Amino acid sequence: MAEPAGGLEVRLAQAGPIPLDVRLDCAAGEVLALVGPSGSGKSTVLRCIAGVLRAKTGRIAVGGEAWFDSEARISLAPRARTVGFVFQNYALFPHMSAQANVEAALGHVAAPARAGRARALLDRVNLKGLESRRPWELSGGQQQRVAVARALARDPRVLLLDEPFSAVDRSTRQILYRELASLRRDLAMPVVLVTHDLDEAAMLADRMSILHRGRTLQAAPPHALMARPANSLVARLVDLKNVFRGKVLSSDAGTGTTLLEGLGQRLECVLDARFAAGAEVSWAIPGSHVILHRRDRPSRGERENPVRGVIADFLPLGENVSTVIAIEATGERLQVTFPLHVARRNGLESGAEVVVSLLRDGIHLMPD
Amino acid sequence: MDWAALRLSLELAAWTMLVLLPVGIALGRVLAWKRFAWKPLAEGLLAAPLVLPPTVLGYYLLMSLGAASPVGQWFESVFGRTLVFSFEGLLVASVVFNLPFAIQPMQRAFETIPRDVRDAAACCGLTRWQALKRIELPLAWPGILSGMVMTFAHTMGEFGVVLMVGGSIPGETRTVAIAIYDSVQSFDDAAAGVMSAVLLGMSLVAMAVVYATGSRKDSRRG
Repeated sequence: MAEPAGGLEVRLAQAGPIPLDVRLDCAAGEVLALVGPSGSGKSTVLRCIAGVLRAKTGRIAVGGEAWFDSEARISLAPRARTVGFVFQNYALFPHMSAQANVEAALGHVAAPARAGRARALLDRVNLKGLESRRPWELSGGQQQRVAVARALARDPRVLLLDEPFSAVDRSTRQILYRELASLRRDLAMPVVLVTHDLDEAAMLADRMSILHRGRTLQAAPPHALMARPANSLVARLVDLKNVFRGKVLSSDAGTGTTLLEGLGQRLECVLDARFAAGAEVSWAIPGSHVILHRRDRPSRGERENPVRGVIADFLPLGENVSTVIAIEATGERLQVTFPLHVARRNGLESGAEVVVSLLRDGIHLMPD
Repeated sequence: MDWAALRLSLELAAWTMLVLLPVGIALGRVLAWKRFAWKPLAEGLLAAPLVLPPTVLGYYLLMSLGAASPVGQWFESVFGRTLVFSFEGLLVASVVFNLPFAIQPMQRAFETIPRDVRDAAACCGLTRWQALKRIELPLAWPGILSGMVMTFAHTMGEFGVVLMVGGSIPGETRTVAIAIYDSVQSFDDAAAGVMSAVLLGMSLVAMAVVYATGSRKDSRRG
């Protein structure tokens, strides 16, 4: 299979000890977030790419050059793979200064040039003046920056980031996000970011790939993936709130409409030809496509799929209100966030009866 | 004071350390990081000298190194003399009974190096030898030093195994511990007292070194 120049192609399969069924592609300059719950095998995949672990079968290639190919019996040693690896707890060499940590990865550079290169890299990650500090004399954020500088020192063909923000506090994390986002503009290699934080993935990655029990389920740009998960498992893994079960009543190509039985009533959705009448499906609707019927005057989209319910939970969160609406017909629960002023104007409170519309183009059908 | 015996003990301790340094590092690393089915057996075997009565260990060594054994016969055919009751035989015995004293502290030290740090060394492009020299040994050195000091102190004081395998040939196999016993047997309390004091002093210094390196490592991390 041909991949773009410098791109990373990963195919891994094994039954145990950690089951893997992985397909990943990451173009040069692209940031791919590998997302999944803990224990899903994210770090294992990263370690296989780096070569410190070996899968039973598969192929890992960068720019068409095989680093691992079980069929061709190729498996390059980690040091022959030129990866930059930022470990979860950074794995800095504790007996070495920041400078020496970075120099350790500059073995490919002529000895006299190493010190200057290491200083330049530390400068690039905003650590000028801290070159002689040992890891335990640095804050978590500073340690992470040393780890990034060390990973870049090798001029890696692939950059691997294993939950690089998990060991720092929230405010430091925000700063490091910005730094990584600005750094990545200059990076020409594929970057694989492992995280269990969906917001982080959405913020930093061009595409995300969902990993579950060692299996890659779906890869897509974060927004697309969150809006249109491939199946109910992916929907659950990306923490989609309003996922329900339903049954397709009819699909009409002429009107471009699929009729669905859900929430105890008929719901109209955009035609999805994958499902025939009678098919049991899961469906989801993002809160952004749920419209509250105003009491004073009709609102846009009001005729689309009106649904009655009672506010079961009403939780003001700053400028917004998070509500849970118990659907009148079935008791199923719909989570919607409204701006606080909208909630006030419409007299929303616990126990209040409401009518909302589910916009037809927001309803996403998927197989179970 | 039997200076020849003291000198012999020091030589034996030095050679034992020299042999066990690479052996301890190699086995300590393997036991710390590798998983294999018969690892508990290997660890148990290596630790056996800690609990075996020295005379029992000495007996088996005498049997396996003696003139009737394959090892003893090979040694005799090559060097023209017996392995037991010689300095070389003593060295072999000393290496065997010091295995746990050398390996265990080193194994513990290598165990403290996180997997990620070792992987990071490989990902930085270091060869195995460079990783050993620049990352692993500097991080494990307190344990390595501790293993060496324990080996030294233990060899200086070992009695039972040395007597079984080496006998008490002056200048050849009579170590200071045996010289103390011989002195007491011949009512030379003064010599026994001086030699005992020397061994006591060495043991105390050795233990102080072990604890000092351990605490330095702790405070550095704190």
